[in-house]
Amino acid sequence: MTSSPARIFGLRTTLVLVFAFLYIPIAVLVALSFNQGGLPTVWSGFSLKWYASLAGNAAILSAALNTLIVALVSTAIATLLGTLLAIGVEMRRQYGSGLEALIFAPMIIPDIVLAVALLSFFSMLDFTLGLHTIILAHVVFNLAFVCSVVRARLKSFDWSIVEASADLGASAVTTFRRVTLPVILPAVVAGALLAFTLSVDEFIIAFFTAGAGRASTTLPMQIYSMIRFGITPEINALATIVMAVSITALTLSQRLNRGVIGQ
Amino acid sequence: MAPALAWLTALMMVPCALVLALAFFRRGIYGGIEYTFTLENFGLVLDPLYAGIFLNSARIAGTATLIAVVIGYAAAYAIAAAPRRWQPVFLFFAVLPFWSNYLIRTYAWIVLLNREGLITQLLRWFGYTGEPPSMLYTEGAVIAGLVYNYLPFVILACYAPLSRLNPELAEASRDLGASAMTTFRRVILPLTVPGIAAGAVFVFVLSIGNFVTPALLGGGRFQMIGNLVYDQFLTANDWPFGAALAMALIAIMLLVLMAQALAADRAAGRIAEAKADG
Repeated sequence: MTSSPARIFGLRTTLVLVFAFLYIPIAVLVALSFNQGGLPTVWSGFSLKWYASLAGNAAILSAALNTLIVALVSTAIATLLGTLLAIGVEMRRQYGSGLEALIFAPMIIPDIVLAVALLSFFSMLDFTLGLHTIILAHVVFNLAFVCSVVRARLKSFDWSIVEASADLGASAVTTFRRVTLPVILPAVVAGALLAFTLSVDEFIIAFFTAGAGRASTTLPMQIYSMIRFGITPEINALATIVMAVSITALTLSQRLNRGVIGQ
Repeated sequence: MAPALAWLTALMMVPCALVLALAFFRRGIYGGIEYTFTLENFGLVLDPLYAGIFLNSARIAGTATLIAVVIGYAAAYAIAAAPRRWQPVFLFFAVLPFWSNYLIRTYAWIVLLNREGLITQLLRWFGYTGEPPSMLYTEGAVIAGLVYNYLPFVILACYAPLSRLNPELAEASRDLGASAMTTFRRVILPLTVPGIAAGAVFVFVLSIGNFVTPALLGGGRFQMIGNLVYDQFLTANDWPFGAALAMALIAIMLLVLMAQALAADRAAGRIAEAKADG
């Protein structure tokens, strides 16, 4: 490629502008969460008081607890099922297009469609809605994401070492624990972290499958109802914390398994 | 393997099939479902009122897609032209916002665009004294929100083919006397169509079914299909019609995916040709 100064200037300007576009809205939000004044968008000095007021807000705390329960349980189930699915598919190497579609579908179906489908399904079965139905729903897409992360890792896996282990007399369980798992563990953990973030952030499906009442409100649902009443410094603070949690989990996930969020 | 497939079948396939079935029933007088076969829900989807909302959604989603593809392609091009060791870092930071909370990223735009927000304050700083411009609750705000939220995916999708591009192809084109613009238009662009198509499909599908962004940044003034589905299920209580709308959404998604597969196939043909010629 020719590297004329004009070309280099153009490329750098593009990068600066795009990153400014991506990060300025978030940066403004974070900065305003430390704003002393009650006006949500006018700076009047540094303060942590909005974080303190969050800690005293019972509705937010209970929503945070609900989110944590949903995210942890659905991540645990999805990690187990998604990993087993990935191993099953990659070991047999029978990639049917129907199977691929089934695994790929949860990642592409519009949230609103899956949300109303699950709502109809649960109500037809007379299922009581609550945290458990949110968990059942979140496992659907989390499982697909874990599976795709683990499968990417298994593409370069040498299955002959599994055969070797079996030939040497190890049981299937021992082989999995001592041979397969150590190889795929970084991908499994990375997939779990990704699933955890997706679950913490998911709003629409949770909103439809939570049922009426405050008891099963999750943090995104709480944030949504707060936003509809207007901008407050408290939302800025809450948003900053949620972003920090997501970004930490994602960065960890990326370090464990290079390229996981690039899939 | 079996438990996962059972889970997907029971909690995705069956519910989706159920919604499809629901679309063929009639709404009961008190909002319930009357189990008599009818096609009138699909007829209602084509009613000018609702068809208008579909067209409106398609226009908003299409505009957002176009803008996101132009910005995203330029960004991906700049990342692919950066020094090798910096590329993963740039890519990581370009995609990072995408995986964080969608609601919060949308809310950030309310903070920016509201009447006393950063943009108004910047205008004042530059000496503007008039009424604060109303930017929030406009179609422009909805489009900005959609572009902002889905841009990272376009960057990712376009980066893949751009980074694999053989630099010798562009060199050869220039050696043969093509200008930089011609080289881009006739060599680079055609070879990166699959990435553009994948990015565009993603933005379009997620935008047209979106319900959070129109609700928050459009202030409920801009109905999109997602909002319509939401209303039928949670406020109007007409589940069969809501189901028909949801199925129309899936049909649009499948059509767009098919168009993408076609574009990718044709591009694959061109890449094979380029290889054969080279």
